[in-house]
Parts: sequence; structure tokens; C-alpha cells
Amino acid sequence: MNGPLGKDLLGLDELTADQIRLILDTAVPFKEVSERQIKKVPTLRGMTIVNLFFEASTRTRVSFEFAEKRLSADTVNVASSGSSVSKGETLVDTARNLEAMRIDMVVIRHPASGAARFLAERIDSNVINAGDGTHEHPTQALLDILTLRDRFGDLAGRRVCIVGDVLHSRVARSNIHGLRKLGAEVAVCGPRSLLPNAVEELGVQVFDRIEAAIEWAEALNILRLQLERMQAGYIPSLREYNRVFGVTSERLDKAPHDLLILHPGPMNRGVEIDSDVADGPHSVILHQVTNGVAVRMAVLYLLAGGRPDLADAAKGGAR
Amino acid sequence: MARDLLLRGGRIVDPSQNMDVVGDVLLRDGNVEACGASLGTPDGAEIVDCAGLIVTPGMIDVHVHMREPGREDVETIKSGAHSAAAGGFTAVCAMPNTRPVTDNQATVGFVKRQGEAAGFARVYPYGAISVGSKGETLAEMGEMISAGAVAFSDDGYPVSSSQLMRTALEYARTFGVPVAEHCEDMSLAHGGSMNESAVSARLGLKGIPNEAEEIYVIRDILLAKRTGGHIHMCHMSTKGSVELIRWGKERGVNVTAEVCSHHISLTDERVGQYDTNAKMNPPLRSAEDVEALQQGLADGTIDLLVTDHAPHHYDEKEREFADAPNGIVGLETALGVNCTWLLHRGVMSLSAMVDSMSCKPAKVFGLPGGTLRAGSLGDVTVFDPNRVWTVDPKQFKSKGRNTPYGGVQLTGQARYTVVGGRVVFAAT
Amino acid sequence: MFFGTCDPFVVAYIARMSKPTTLLDARAMDRTLRRMADEIVELNGGTDDLVIVGIERRGVQLAERLVRLIEAQENVIVTRGALDITLYRDDLQTVGPRPVVGRTQLPLTLDGKRVVIVDDVLYTGRTIRAALDELADFGRPSRIALVVLVDRGGRELPIHADIVGRTVEVSPDQRVDVFISEVDERDAVILADRDAA
Repeated sequence: MNGPLGKDLLGLDELTADQIRLILDTAVPFKEVSERQIKKVPTLRGMTIVNLFFEASTRTRVSFEFAEKRLSADTVNVASSGSSVSKGETLVDTARNLEAMRIDMVVIRHPASGAARFLAERIDSNVINAGDGTHEHPTQALLDILTLRDRFGDLAGRRVCIVGDVLHSRVARSNIHGLRKLGAEVAVCGPRSLLPNAVEELGVQVFDRIEAAIEWAEALNILRLQLERMQAGYIPSLREYNRVFGVTSERLDKAPHDLLILHPGPMNRGVEIDSDVADGPHSVILHQVTNGVAVRMAVLYLLAGGRPDLADAAKGGAR
Repeated sequence: MARDLLLRGGRIVDPSQNMDVVGDVLLRDGNVEACGASLGTPDGAEIVDCAGLIVTPGMIDVHVHMREPGREDVETIKSGAHSAAAGGFTAVCAMPNTRPVTDNQATVGFVKRQGEAAGFARVYPYGAISVGSKGETLAEMGEMISAGAVAFSDDGYPVSSSQLMRTALEYARTFGVPVAEHCEDMSLAHGGSMNESAVSARLGLKGIPNEAEEIYVIRDILLAKRTGGHIHMCHMSTKGSVELIRWGKERGVNVTAEVCSHHISLTDERVGQYDTNAKMNPPLRSAEDVEALQQGLADGTIDLLVTDHAPHHYDEKEREFADAPNGIVGLETALGVNCTWLLHRGVMSLSAMVDSMSCKPAKVFGLPGGTLRAGSLGDVTVFDPNRVWTVDPKQFKSKGRNTPYGGVQLTGQARYTVVGGRVVFAAT
Repeated sequence: MFFGTCDPFVVAYIARMSKPTTLLDARAMDRTLRRMADEIVELNGGTDDLVIVGIERRGVQLAERLVRLIEAQENVIVTRGALDITLYRDDLQTVGPRPVVGRTQLPLTLDGKRVVIVDDVLYTGRTIRAALDELADFGRPSRIALVVLVDRGGRELPIHADIVGRTVEVSPDQRVDVFISEVDERDAVILADRDAA
């Protein structure tokens, strides 16, 4: 028996709309915990969580760590340098070692798509995907969606456009799945060389022009443009990218309505987003960061517990 | 002097003689002595009852990886030849991407001798097209042929230099052997680990587009057209490739092609949630491609059925999808898969399927066998096309367990494999 | 009898019932709440520094009723709060997460306050244990009192209510349902068999 989300959180592709709503609803009261003077509740006391990061990440790791600590879990950070193909310990050996140390949960960030599932299928502990390759980054999308919901309420029929390097973006994939399940209309906009060939089959429409996307959308989720993409030849130059696809205040000013501006960070100011947009009145970028901790607390909470072996002993003693 | 062997009372299907009769096959001194309706029983002959079974010229798989020399932990020529015999194959052609690469007569001779010593299916060595399969310098083809090489390939890699491929086709033509190409534009396929499709978009895996294969198919057809050499297309996987080969054949180009059993039975949906047992190169493609490949086989555009048997150590497959090696084992499932997806679904007749698995491979690669004519090689496959069984990788004779068919129910299975007049495998 | 009590409204139900029994109807509940409101003021010697905190869910509505009664009686404004103890429960590992976590709304600090916790039914005491833990994270009140509408006995922890609306001895296979019009469209306290819907 597992909790309402099952054993793991691997992606939004496999969650139902009700499960996504449950996470968002649960995140709301957790926001309040972070407003307290003592920003800590004993919910996960005695639980051990390993943050297993095979890829450099500051904000996601810090956000998870805050979430874990505010729920009183014991946390260990394991950062493994280098890529999955380096000659180090294999992921399966890492998994077995973690299992042998009797940990309760693993938060994993890994450069290979499917790595979180790979781990989840091999250990009994709960696994939370903190980003696997170019596959999914469910907690980032959940905090994006929570931020949108804070402003829009019900997302059914709302129009959200994801701008930029969708091809290599796990954030984009998770957002597309999550937003569509909640009834939002989703579009993507970017150079075709940075969109998956079969992107329409993910259920989104495509804008080739950022101007058209801005005219259509009620919110823009602007993806970080990895500088490696230019080196790999997907786009000619960052300068041109900014000129053609950059979200600037001039472009936003021409929109028939105000747009919410989201960015999963870290931003390349002056490339995919101009500073006056990032710092402008319609930016909810810092709100996203705040929501990140709450969403991750909610996920940790919903995955915790539910041990059938102990449930019998506790029967009838709940209140 | 070995005893005579009489395969009695089976349905003999031999497309090389347009034969389809219930009768006997008599083998003597390693060769076919006679075949046809009730031959009678010579004194002292060993008798195998084949009633209700199909008796065909020995099946030949022209595309397998034996891993020896170099990775004997993964497969040896002995275990691979045993696996072939268990799957109903009487002969296989071993690809040269060994360690060291089979690019010289010494290694070719080694592979050939190991095959003979194993005493299961016959093992015919491929030689590499280029030294070290590096695509730079032509390997010593003539010397390798004298040591037993039957064809040339840099399989695993394409010959990226068009000039080198042209020369290879011309040079190999001198000896009348095919040059087999692994068609893959590496700059297009770079970093890809599955078919480029909606599935790859959803899984976040870099895809390999169909065009990565097709660009090389058309290039090589044009080079064969120019040189008159024999180009053989390895493991075709796309609808476009079938159309291009058809185009070449219509123009009289000396082009032949093969398709793997997995490419006529599975689509990229089989990757599911990153199942590395569904990872191979070329990758599993779309349903449209599968249908076109089946059609290409049925109309003769695609000549041969092969396995691309590629064993890997379980540790190497037990990892992140993008980092896992390409390839699956296939020798022990191919006949069942082909019967299930081609024969029983009416894509091919029994004789057409036997043609693609036995007669045509012999013809295309100039190998002995592929017929039950009196006096020919005593290699025979006896199988039950209606036997229903469930694939259990633990039972494989191959050292490899990496199959996408584990737990799958197949209809059709080898019962006896006869090589040189001797039963080298009998199903239990 | 689990323990003695000086409450004048003791009713002991020993026999198993089959039909639900009304312990308090709307009028009785109103009378009871008025008495409890008076007792709260009396217990705290007035309303200075008083913070009345309801426990999610029905404790919050009961607290609001009590606050209104006190405000009307004393002509003052009383500070309110709400407490959701879900995150302080001791059975997450065994029972699993509750589907919906409620909100905790308290003044930023409770230092020096006279806090009154209000809940509908007092049973094992584990909820109150959790509530005390949570309150401790919001400061150091000068006093914490416990007020419950029904004390049904069956304590598993050394916890005692200061003000009780009604004391009932209830066997473990029975349950006490509190209905409040704000949530349930009627006021009533019903005693029923546990397996009855």
C-alpha cells in the first residue's frame, strides 16, 4: 500500500489530474509553515532522505533541502561529479548501496532520461525525480503550475506558452503534461531546431514567432537557453536568439493584455529574457521560488508513510 | 564412417527445387543423398521421426555477433554456434567487430577454426572493409577470402567516406563477394538512442531519424550502380529504405537487403519506460515502417531475414537507457518470431519464409547449402510451425539474456538442427 | 469508569446501542456553549491576552461561536486562531498522509498569551498532544487551557480538559459525531455505533 501518489514521483505524465490537484492543494498550507518564526514542523521526524545529485544544481537542491529540513527529516547530500558515462560506480550499485543504508527517500537529479525510474524500480525507498536528462522535472512544473493557479485560479481554458529550448527541456515536458491535464491550453514557441520534431503529438500548438505567442498567451514560461546549445550548432548565436525570440518589454507592450512571466531559472538576462521583464510588474519569478519549497514539502509529505506492516499495530489509535 | 541419417515423414519445403511434399530426407557422408516421397530405410540408418514437422534446407543467419575474439565473457563462438543450432540455424556469418577487429587473414582463420571446433552451426567469418573498421584504409580482402571470409562489412559503423566505399565495392567485385553496409549517418544519429518519434519526444531521449539510414542506402545504391559492385544492406529498418532499394532493384543495381526479426515485429512503443532490452541500432521504428518492411519482404525487395544477434553482459544493459549498449540476442527467438509475425499472420507463405531464411542467404552470400538437392551440403532444419512456447531467456544457449521477447508467447520452434548429416541440436 | 470527574452532567452508557442517540440537540448545544463561554472568561480572569484557538475542522467553528459569545458578553475583541495538527501527528508512518492538510493561522507570537484550545471531541488525547507541540513552536504562552464540547473518555495520554460541555463514557466501538450548522447545516451531538454509516 502506498500513499495517494504511489511510491514515487517520477513525472507528471503518469499522474492523474486529481493527483496533481492534491499536490497543489497540499502545498497551500505548507506555504504558511515557511512564514512562521520557527519554520519547522515535526512531520517527517526520523526519516532519512538522500539528495542524490549527479548534475550540478544549486536552486533545486537548496529548495529540496529546505523542504526536507522544514519537515524535520534528516538529510544527506550526495553530489557525484561528472556524467553518467564516467567510469565511476554504476547507478545500479549506487542504488543497492543506498538501499543497504536503509534510507527512506531519495531525491535524484541525473543527466540520463529515465534514471529516476531506473532507481525507483530497484529500491523500496520513495524516489522523487528532481530532473532526469531531458525527460521530466515534475516538482519544477508543479511549482510553475501552482504559481499560475495562485494568479488564475482554475487553469481550465487558460493559455500558457512555453518559450525556448523545448527539445532539451525536462521542465517543458513536465509543464506540458501537467498543464494539459488541468485543462489549460499549451503552446510552445522557439526556433524549430530547438523543438522536438513530433512536438505537436505532445498536444501543444506551435508558434514560430514570439510576437504571435505573446498575442495569444496569458502566461509565458520562458526556458533557460543553455549556452552549450549554441556551441552544438542548434542556433547561430545568442545575439540572434535574443533578437528573434527574446522576451522584451517592447514586445510585451504590444500585447493586447497583461501576461504573467515565469522563468524556472537560472536566467540568462539579455538572452531569453530582458532584465526589465524579469524584474517587471508581471514577473512572478520569485513567487515561483517561494512556491518551490511548498510544493516540495507537499510532495515529500504525500509520499511519506503508509507502511502496511505498521498500520495494523496502529489501527484504532489514530485520534 | 558415420551412420546414415533418415529424416522420415516430414513435410519437405525446399523453395530451391519448388518442392513441397511429405517425404523423407536421407543424409549420407555429410551430404544429402536423396530427398522426396518415401525413400525406404537403408540398413543401419539413424531415423528421426519428422511426422507433422516442416523439413527445410538449413537456415542461415548472415548477421550475427559472436564477440570472440575479445569479449568471451559475453559470447564465444562455441556458445554462439550452440545458440544458432538451438534456434534452427545450420550456419551463421560472424560480423568482424571483434577485439581485435577481424580485418586480417589470421583473425579470419581463427574465427573459422573456432567455428569448426565448436561443432554446432557452421560459422562463416566476415572480414572488415577497412583496417580496424576505421573507415580509412581498405583491409586485405583477398587474403581474408583465402582464409575463409565470405563477405565484408564494417558493421557497427558506416563507411563514411564515399570514396572508400566506392573502392571497396570495386575491389570486392573482383572476388565476387558482397560488401555489407551498416547504413547510418553518424552526424544525424549522433547521441541518439531510439527512433525519433513522439515516443522519443515524450521520453526525452535523443532520436535517430529514419533519414540517418536512408541517406546511406541511396548513396550506396548509387555507388553500386556506378561500380557494378554488390552492395548488401544490413538490418534495414525504415519504409524509405524499402522504397529506395526497390528503386535500385528496378534499375538493375546489384543490391540485396536484409531485415531483422525484431524490425518486422516490434515498434518503438516497445521501449516503454526505458527498457534497454528494446535498445538496438538501428532502433525499433514506427508501425508504418514495420508494415513496409513486412511488405518489402513479401514482394522480394528485402531478400533476407536475419537476427543481428548481439549479446551483451547483463551489467552493461542494466543501466541508464542512453548509456546502455545497442543490441539484442535473437538466434533462439528468430524462427518463432518469424512464424508468429510473418507466417501465421499471412504476410509470407511458408516457402517464401524458408526462402528468405535459407535459400536466398546461401545464394546472396555464395554459401554452400540452402537446398536439399541430392549431393548438396547435409544441412537441414526441422521445425514445428505450430508449437506454442513462451520465451524464457534463462533457457538460452547463448550467454546473452538481452531479449525484448522474454515472457512473450511465440508460435513456431526448431525441433532438430542437422549440420553435415549430424543432429547438432534436438529439442527436448 | 476510566477516571472520576466533578462534572455535573455525567451520563454513562454501558449497554451497546443499536440506534443513534442524541446527546445534545441544537438548544442544548447552545446552552452548553454559553456556559462554556462564561467558564472561559472565569478561568482566565477576564479576556486580557486571551487567544482562542480552534482545532481543524470543527474545533474552529466551535471556537468562533465561543469567541462571539464572549465578545457579546464582555464587549471586547478576542483574538482567534486556527490550528491544523496534521503535520504534528504521530501516525504518518503507519497510517499515511491525510488527503488534505488544513491551514494553521495563529498570531505571529504567543509569548505571554493565555491560549484556549477548542476541540469538538476529546478521546485519546493524541490530537491535543500534537496541538501542544505545534503551539510551542509559536512561542511561550503564559497558560494553555483545553476546552472541549464532548469528553468521551478513552485517554491514551495524560491529558485533561479544563472545561467540558458534556462528559460521556463511550466504548471503543461507538463514536461521537458533532454536527455544526456552519459545516453540517445543523447543530447536534450524536452517539452512534462505529460501524453505522
